[in-house]
Amino acid sequence: MSRHPRLGTLVDRGTPVPFRFAGRAYTGFAGDTLASALLAAGVHEVARSVKLGRPRGLTSAGSEEPSGLVQVLAPWPEPNVPATTLDLVPGLCAEPGTGQGVLAPGGGGPADARWAHVDTLVVGAGPAGLAAALRATRAGERVLVADERPGPGGALLDRPVGAGERAGLRAALAELAAAPEVRLLSRTTVVGHYDGNLALAVQRFPYGGPDGIRERLWRVRAGRVVLATGAHERGLAFAGNDTPGVMLAGAARAYLHRYGVRAGRRAVLLTAHDSGYAAAADLAAAGVAVVSIVDTRTGAARPHWYRGDFHPGHGVHGVRGTGRVTGVVVGPLAGEGPQWTVAADLLLVSGGWVPAVQLYSQAGGALRYDPGAGAYLPAGCPQPVEYTGTVPVAPGPVLVAPAGDPLAFVDLARDVSLADIARATGAGLRSGEHVKRYTSAGTGPDQAKTSAPLAAAALAAALGVDPGTLPPPSHRPPHLPVALATLAGRRRGALFDPVRTTALHAAHLRAGAPMELVGQWHRPRYFPAAGEDMAAAVRRECLAARTGLAAMDASTLGKIDVQGPDAGEFLDRLYTGLLSTLAVGRIRYVVMCGPDGMVRDDGTVARLAADRYLVTTTTGNAAAVLDTMREWSQTEWPHLRVWCTSVTEHWATVALVGPGSRAALAGLAPALAVSTVDFPVLAWRDAVVAGLAARVCRISFSGELAYEISVAGFDAAALWHAVLATGATPYGTQTMHVLRAEKGYPIVGQDTDGTVTPDDLGLGWTIAAGKADFVGLRSLSRVDTARADRRQFVALLPADPALLLPEGAALVAAPGPVVPPVPALGHVTSSYHSATLARTFALGLLAAGRARIGTLVYAPLLDGRVVPVRVAAPVLYDPAGARRDG
Amino acid sequence: MLLIPCPWCGPRGQDEFGYGGQAGVPYPARPSTLDDQRWAAYLFVRANPKGPLHERWYHAAGCRRWFTVVRDTATNAIRAPERPDPAGPAAAR
Amino acid sequence: MSGPAVGPAGPNAYLPEHPARLWSAPEPRRGYQVVIVGAGGHGLATAHYLARNHGITDVAVLERGWLAGGNMARNTTIIRSNYLWEASAGIYEHALRLWESLAAELDYPILFSQRGVLNLAHSEQDVREGVRRVSANRLAGIDAQWLTPAEVARVCPIVDVSDTVRYPVLGATYQPRGGIAKHDNVAWAYARSAAAAGVHLIEHCEVTGFDLDGGRVTGVRTSRGPIAAGTVALCAAGHTSVLAAMLGLDLPLQSHPLQALVSDLLAPVLPGVVMSNAVHVYVSQAHKGELVMGAGVDGYTSYTQRGSPHVIEAQAAAALEIFPVFAGAHVLRTWAGIVDVTPDASPIIGPSTVDGLYLNCGWGTGGFKATPAAGWCLADTIAHGRAHPLAVPFALDRFRTGALVDEHGAAAVAH
Repeated sequence: MSRHPRLGTLVDRGTPVPFRFAGRAYTGFAGDTLASALLAAGVHEVARSVKLGRPRGLTSAGSEEPSGLVQVLAPWPEPNVPATTLDLVPGLCAEPGTGQGVLAPGGGGPADARWAHVDTLVVGAGPAGLAAALRATRAGERVLVADERPGPGGALLDRPVGAGERAGLRAALAELAAAPEVRLLSRTTVVGHYDGNLALAVQRFPYGGPDGIRERLWRVRAGRVVLATGAHERGLAFAGNDTPGVMLAGAARAYLHRYGVRAGRRAVLLTAHDSGYAAAADLAAAGVAVVSIVDTRTGAARPHWYRGDFHPGHGVHGVRGTGRVTGVVVGPLAGEGPQWTVAADLLLVSGGWVPAVQLYSQAGGALRYDPGAGAYLPAGCPQPVEYTGTVPVAPGPVLVAPAGDPLAFVDLARDVSLADIARATGAGLRSGEHVKRYTSAGTGPDQAKTSAPLAAAALAAALGVDPGTLPPPSHRPPHLPVALATLAGRRRGALFDPVRTTALHAAHLRAGAPMELVGQWHRPRYFPAAGEDMAAAVRRECLAARTGLAAMDASTLGKIDVQGPDAGEFLDRLYTGLLSTLAVGRIRYVVMCGPDGMVRDDGTVARLAADRYLVTTTTGNAAAVLDTMREWSQTEWPHLRVWCTSVTEHWATVALVGPGSRAALAGLAPALAVSTVDFPVLAWRDAVVAGLAARVCRISFSGELAYEISVAGFDAAALWHAVLATGATPYGTQTMHVLRAEKGYPIVGQDTDGTVTPDDLGLGWTIAAGKADFVGLRSLSRVDTARADRRQFVALLPADPALLLPEGAALVAAPGPVVPPVPALGHVTSSYHSATLARTFALGLLAAGRARIGTLVYAPLLDGRVVPVRVAAPVLYDPAGARRDG
Repeated sequence: MLLIPCPWCGPRGQDEFGYGGQAGVPYPARPSTLDDQRWAAYLFVRANPKGPLHERWYHAAGCRRWFTVVRDTATNAIRAPERPDPAGPAAAR
Repeated sequence: MSGPAVGPAGPNAYLPEHPARLWSAPEPRRGYQVVIVGAGGHGLATAHYLARNHGITDVAVLERGWLAGGNMARNTTIIRSNYLWEASAGIYEHALRLWESLAAELDYPILFSQRGVLNLAHSEQDVREGVRRVSANRLAGIDAQWLTPAEVARVCPIVDVSDTVRYPVLGATYQPRGGIAKHDNVAWAYARSAAAAGVHLIEHCEVTGFDLDGGRVTGVRTSRGPIAAGTVALCAAGHTSVLAAMLGLDLPLQSHPLQALVSDLLAPVLPGVVMSNAVHVYVSQAHKGELVMGAGVDGYTSYTQRGSPHVIEAQAAAALEIFPVFAGAHVLRTWAGIVDVTPDASPIIGPSTVDGLYLNCGWGTGGFKATPAAGWCLADTIAHGRAHPLAVPFALDRFRTGALVDEHGAAAVAH
């Protein structure tokens, strides 16, 4: 059997785990990976390559795996999973990878995220990492150690460990476990390093984690980062080096010590480095016949323990077998000489080691090529990141096949060979980045960990330059592929974005009101009676508002409390109107522009006291307006004594609307004098309404007699129910839109798009004459901003009074079919059926709109019709305002 | 993720902040005296160096206060923050 | 010996190879009639059209790094022309028509695939803006359709159009002629063509200053020595301000990181390009099989070509809202470019206030799709000494007059 009787520190032979691969049933042990369990069963071919369709096996024993990627079907679907890190869980079912994974429902997640703020983050729990962790712990630091393997020990798990080392490891782990400010996470890969010494790590829970999560994203802000990430073994480029059964020598050693798996029966070692011998020795001691050692170094000396065929200065020139190694063709490395085939089922390859400096490079660390090491070494990092590890020794020749050999692969994940490298340089390319893009070498899921050293060597050889003269490769996050579900974490479904609701939301739901999404808010759109669609409900609600009594939840409107001795002066500078002269008890409609003169928001300002105002904004702009206030007061006018606070949630507001609103208000607030003399339009009063402390503002967004009643949020439901008890018809945003549109009131953000001035909207009257300045004033006199033919706000009446213009429809000058290009004069911004007007109508922005009032323009519809539309002044209903002001 | 040193709250992650671009560009004292070219410069032109930039940040998710730092836009290294001058940005220049 | 491919070839076997000859590295001459600073897509396209349309070949394209290694190597390759204003429609549609014959013209496989672009609407206001853009596009002769949620599902079955998601899809604009192309191939196609016409492509040559004579530019100083020039054009995207500062030229540009990512290779699952402003992400699937995804810029200015991970996390969450089936896909690689953003999300093209110096910048997040037209128009501008008609609305002077071309909504990238 392929399983060694004793070796295998990670497997629990008492717990067999059945699994399926490529349609066949197998059994492994708890602690196996899919790779180790398959190798134990003698299976080497696990995938086909993405371009050439060649059979591929297991190259490594870790996350750097370039070839052994499988498609997992159960217990949950996942594409492109390295078999080398896939824990053998009960019910595992997988298929060979084809180079393109398959997505299926149920893949990814659930996942969550955690923050950790530590003094020291140690990446890697091998001997070097644990030593660094102990030093930091003993210095009293808060430490997080992240190791990507199932348990700590790092490279100690991959080789024979003496009793002393074992004891040392146990003691170190015990000391760390006892320290209250130390956390050691296993199965946790640090995948990215970012500005501010922030690291991102992914922790895996293959057996299910807290709340059933599969992965957890750690965001670690560290005072400093210690990278004890070890090294990756380098391969060699020779013909047939992609055949299943060809694997890195260190990987075979790891399979033996971690899982007790002998990857083959008869092995050949091809090495350019002494470390290959250690792997061969362990395998030999474990019963694998090492029939031949081929060393590319001419001066290599036979290892003292080895009795078999030893060939220094030789290489492998081919691999026999399809889908599994059956023989290895050996011959002199350079020049002429006989070649012969060695029967073998396992070819171990060792090109030495390359320090894993990817995270160091991500952190902005410089890398410098060290010829003695044959690799890029850390050379200083602007962030507090250090790399600790042994400096390797450069290998001997790793390019065995001649340049241009199409079967000597440098990137197994992308099927890139020496022939591709030669073609790239032959095309004139000289930089590694260009060669990478020309060939796609290094773009695979291993993030070039196994391919980069060989590709760089091949490129240097092809260009005839020293490897050190090539710039080091750039490393970008993530270090390993990370599932989108893990990055999304809990922000799925209902938690994707907060839902904002008013204090009356439950009542609206009970009333069966469908919701409209207005930014993050859910607002009731209409309140259908039995059997009503939206059109019928809106028709009824509008008639109620215009002829009877209606009520709306207006709580989403932004509300900002502006206080201070200079509050009036402050508002004068930010708004087009004059607020400092507004009398206490009065309200003014206001417009806010940006410095570019374009309308940013509108609302009302109520003067509450000499040094206090309540500003309202549109629902969507509340936060932006408050931010604007804070920015100007803090950075431009810090000498003005003014303070601004959001009170949007503090107050709930109910609009009481219609000819019956005065009487209804009088009933709700018996102590309040409600005659139009006592309570004129655009005034506010504090009152007790329905037994609740309230502020009543006589403002109308509908053009009817109306009052907006505000109470503390806690009292909202009581007020709403009291209002409805007067017989008021509840209405929602759709009716609100129709009512205000009939009055020609623009909605900022719907009838404006950031390119509209107050004058364009017909709101030039809000600009207080004689004001020295306000934000935006200067811009209004720019060449383009003062143009006479700008798009202006108008009403639009389709010639067919039953035709509803689509919102967004374009407006053109001439009738007849559109033969592009036809200039657009403007567009429809709002469009409704009007019960009140007994016809459809729209609002829009039209070039020189005011001058066109009374004339016809045309609206090309999406179905091809071009319909005539008469331009009218925006206020279609009660232009004199008698109903509002009565 | 940048660590922004709020002078009041200490270093916090950049996702708590709003960005305000170049600092030290005051609202002109008398906009009506500027021609369209100079007004456009105020409206639209802000320094965009590859190197140290004196810039404004706003702690939106924290103390909601504006302050400035000098950050090297070529490396994102940040120097000590500055609170706004109580006398106003014109005085700071 | 292990032979050639055994069994059926892999899924990527059919993808075309790059040609065997691309360009060579000449020694810079002492001077050129035209010096283009920046060998990205726009600079290379400009050189190609100078040669092809105007017979001007005494041209050098200077690149401080490796050719087309800036934003041209880092974008998400979306091609469309469905912007809002007529001015934008002009130049982006000109680009799309050039795209449609580009592979043949350059004799290079650029993997241009007109697989359609959807812009999803998630609110009533999104619907209004979408219908507005479709209506405007049709007046300009640009193919544009407004789709209902059911039609969206037919065009792209994996989009979640159910009404139980946080921000349900209420419809979408659709440009069938939009799609993607392979960015490296496009850059190298233009480079190869320009080089074949005699244009010098000079890498690792950083402009460090300008020579002027009486207010006219006469050459550039570079890390490889001075180079005289009759005309200089800046095609340096995010680094434009650095160059402009050398001339004392103030431009309304801010250089932000714009991140993007690719996934692991997947069997075909996403037929077209899908973009969403409200649930902020845009995504396509490249020919090899990787998902290519992007979202908004990082909020601060930076030249580090690095962004913050919380932008990637938000992008992933957005992607899964629209495409639940992507949950198991893996992010393979993230990176960032440097996008030069203008106040109106529209480019700046044309003469500058310095005689003999032409600007092509401010393309922000939308440069790739415009590549052929940017090059065409800039070449024409240089050849005639005045802005090409399609470039006139994008003059630098518009910031003085206020005649901005505001395309923030249509740009579909959060700023």
